[in-house]
Amino acid sequence: MLEAYFDFIRIRFLTMLAYRLNYYTGILIYSLNIGVNYFTWKAIYGQGESLGGFTAAQMTTYVAVSWMARAFYFNNLDREIATDIRDGSIAIQFIRPYNYVFAKMMQGFGEGMFRFLLFMIPGMALAMLLFPVQLPHDPAAWAGFLVMLFFSFLINSQINIITGLLAFFVENNEGLMRMKRVVVDLFSGLIIPISLFPGWLSSILKLLPFQAITYLPGSVFTGRVQGVGIWNVFGIQIIWFAILLIPLFWLYRAARQRLFVQGG
Amino acid sequence: MLYHLGLLSEYLKNYMKTRLTYRADFWVEVLSDLLFQVTNLVFIFVIFMHTNTLAGWSQNEVVFVYGFFMVPWGVFACFVNMWNFSERYIVKGEMDRILTRPAHNLFQIFLENVDPPSLIGSLIGLLIMAVSGFNLGLPFEWWTVPALILLTISATAIYTGIYTTLTALSFYSDAPTGIIPLMYNIQSYGRYPVTIYNRAIQVLLTWILPFAFVGVYPAGLFLQREEMTRMALLTPVMGAIFLSIGLFVWNRGVRKYKGAGS
Repeated sequence: MLEAYFDFIRIRFLTMLAYRLNYYTGILIYSLNIGVNYFTWKAIYGQGESLGGFTAAQMTTYVAVSWMARAFYFNNLDREIATDIRDGSIAIQFIRPYNYVFAKMMQGFGEGMFRFLLFMIPGMALAMLLFPVQLPHDPAAWAGFLVMLFFSFLINSQINIITGLLAFFVENNEGLMRMKRVVVDLFSGLIIPISLFPGWLSSILKLLPFQAITYLPGSVFTGRVQGVGIWNVFGIQIIWFAILLIPLFWLYRAARQRLFVQGG
Repeated sequence: MLYHLGLLSEYLKNYMKTRLTYRADFWVEVLSDLLFQVTNLVFIFVIFMHTNTLAGWSQNEVVFVYGFFMVPWGVFACFVNMWNFSERYIVKGEMDRILTRPAHNLFQIFLENVDPPSLIGSLIGLLIMAVSGFNLGLPFEWWTVPALILLTISATAIYTGIYTTLTALSFYSDAPTGIIPLMYNIQSYGRYPVTIYNRAIQVLLTWILPFAFVGVYPAGLFLQREEMTRMALLTPVMGAIFLSIGLFVWNRGVRKYKGAGS
C-alpha cells in the first residue's frame, strides 16, 4: 500500500521535471523579489543597526532564505482539490482504494522535492551571488532549519488542503483561495518578519499557525534562535501540525457525506 | 465600436447571472481583493513605524503613491483578466470556439473574463489618494482630474501590453508557463520610490517591465516631485508602446495556435 503512495511522489516529481523550463524563470523572479525586498530594507535601515532584533545582515539572510523556502513549500493543492470537486472527478477518486487527502499530500511532496532540488537550491545559490547572504556556521542551525523546513511544507500543505476541501461547502472557493494566499504570505512573516509588527499584532500572530511556515525556520537559519530555543520553536511547529490534522480529517469526513457533483 | 459596446453589456449581464449562482463567493472575492491591498498598506505602515523617510519619501507620500497604484490596477483587473488563459483556452482547447466568432479574439477573451468587483479597489485607491493628498496639503488644480484619467488609461495600457505579451507566450510553449503568477509579485514594486533600488532594478522597472510607470512616476506628478514630472509625462507614450507590442505578439501568437484540446 505504501508503495502506491510512494508512486504518487515519484510520478508528480517526474511530471514537474517535464515542465522544468518554467522554473528557470521562477528562479529569476524570486531573485528579483529578494532584491527588491533587500533594497527596501536597506533603505529602512539607513544608518540603523538593528530593527526588531534583526541586524541588517540578518535581515538580508532572512529575506533570501524566506523566499527560497517559499520556493520549496509552495504548492497549489488547494486549487487542485477545488478543480477535482468542480469537474466531478473527485467522485472517482473517493471510491479508489486510497485515502484522497493522503494521496494529495504525497503529490504535494513530490512537487516539493522537485522544487527543493531544482528551484530552491539553485535559487539560493544565485541569491548568494547577488546579495550579502550569510550562511550559518552552527551545524545545529542547519539541521534545525532543514527539519523545520519540512514541517513548513507539511503545515502549508495542510492549510492548502483545508482551503481546497472547503470548496465542498462554498462551491466556488476562488476568493477563499486568494485570501488564503495573501494571509499566508503576510502572516507567515515572508513579507515582514513578525517581530517587526506592532506589539499587539505580533502577539496575535504568535497564536496563529502561519508563523510556523516562514518566520520560525527563518529565525533558526539567521541565528536569532539558537541552542535550546531551536527545540522550542520546533515544538510550536509540531503542535500546529497536530492541531491542523483535526479540521483536516473532520472536513474530509464531512465532505464525503456532502459530495454532490456539479458537472462531469 | 457600437457593436463591441453591445457585446460588453451582454457579457456583463451574463456575468451578473453567473455571479448570482455563486453568491456567497462573490463577497469573499471582493474581501480577498481588499485584503490583498490592505496587506500592502500594512507593509507601508510597518515600515514607517521603524523609519521616518524612505529614501526621502514620507509616509503620506508613499501611501499616496499606493493609492494611485490601486486605481489603474483595479481597471486592469476588471477588464483584462488573463490569469487562467493557458489552462482554459489552450489546454482545454476553448480557443477554437473563440476563433470561429466574428469579434477580435483577444477582445472576446477580455469579455469572457470581466471582473467588475475589481473596480472597488480603484474606488478605494481614489479614497486613499484623497486622504493622503489632504494630509500633504496637495493643491487641486484644473488639470488634476484630466491628468488622473489620462494617466490611469496609460497605466492600464502598460499592464495590458505586458500581460498580453506574456500570455501570448503560451501559444509557443506547450506547457502552461509559470511567469504570470510570479509577475503579480513583481509589479507591486513599481509603487515604491524607485530611487531606493540599485541601478539594474531601476532600469528593469522603468524600461523592461515598466511597472514604475503604473505607480511611482505618475503619482510623482500629483506629488509635485520635480524629478519625476518628465517620467510622468512619458507614461502615455510607454502605454502606447507596450500596448502595441502586446497586440503584435498576440496576433503573431494566435497564428501559431494549433488547437490542443479535444
